[in-house]
Amino acid sequence: MPRILGVDLPSDKPTHISLRYLYGIGPTLSLRICEQANVDPQRRARELTEDEIARIAVLLDREYTVEGQLRRQIQQNIQRLKDINSYRGSRHRRSLPCRGQRSKTNARTRKGPRKTVAGKKGVKEMR
Amino acid sequence: MSRSLKKGPYVDLRLFAKVEKNTRREPIKTWARDCTIVPDFVGQTFLVHNGKQHTRVFVTEDMVGHKLGEFAPTRIFKGHSGGKSAKAAAGPGK
Repeated sequence: MPRILGVDLPSDKPTHISLRYLYGIGPTLSLRICEQANVDPQRRARELTEDEIARIAVLLDREYTVEGQLRRQIQQNIQRLKDINSYRGSRHRRSLPCRGQRSKTNARTRKGPRKTVAGKKGVKEMR
Repeated sequence: MSRSLKKGPYVDLRLFAKVEKNTRREPIKTWARDCTIVPDFVGQTFLVHNGKQHTRVFVTEDMVGHKLGEFAPTRIFKGHSGGKSAKAAAGPGK
């Protein structure tokens, strides 16, 4: 199993698929990286030579923001919104959707599992 | 969808003129919540209308590119009634 950027161990899938196991690399980028590093995207990841792995690693290091660095960048962007006290920041602080979606219902991704309130009228009783 | 770059940022011209004249950096009362904050605004204090009152907004460098209204919340939510735990007590906009 090849190792790229420390901890990540993509499997024995085609190279362009296994590259996607890195945080911040999706279908488009993984194909582009294969091309730039001159690696056949269809070859299995375990068949990569040391040299090819090194080329990919160097390329990622130089030109792409992935993994921890990317996570940190995203976190900083959110922190900035919070620090300047913007509306989006306050939505992040309350973990509610911050792009204007409705939150009366739905928005479960942001709000997490339903917190049922005792005594609150359900939809059925309201009629 | 974001605004077309061709148009450039929307800046309320009357407000902009006021900012330029306001070298003493006195608070400027405004209703122009949709006005983009441009670099010239940094260091100014605005009193941005929130529909009821004017909220004090001191513009820092980080705020450039946002709109004035983003810093003057129009709603106050102080939690649901009978909420003992008050877990959503993140406070109003603070």
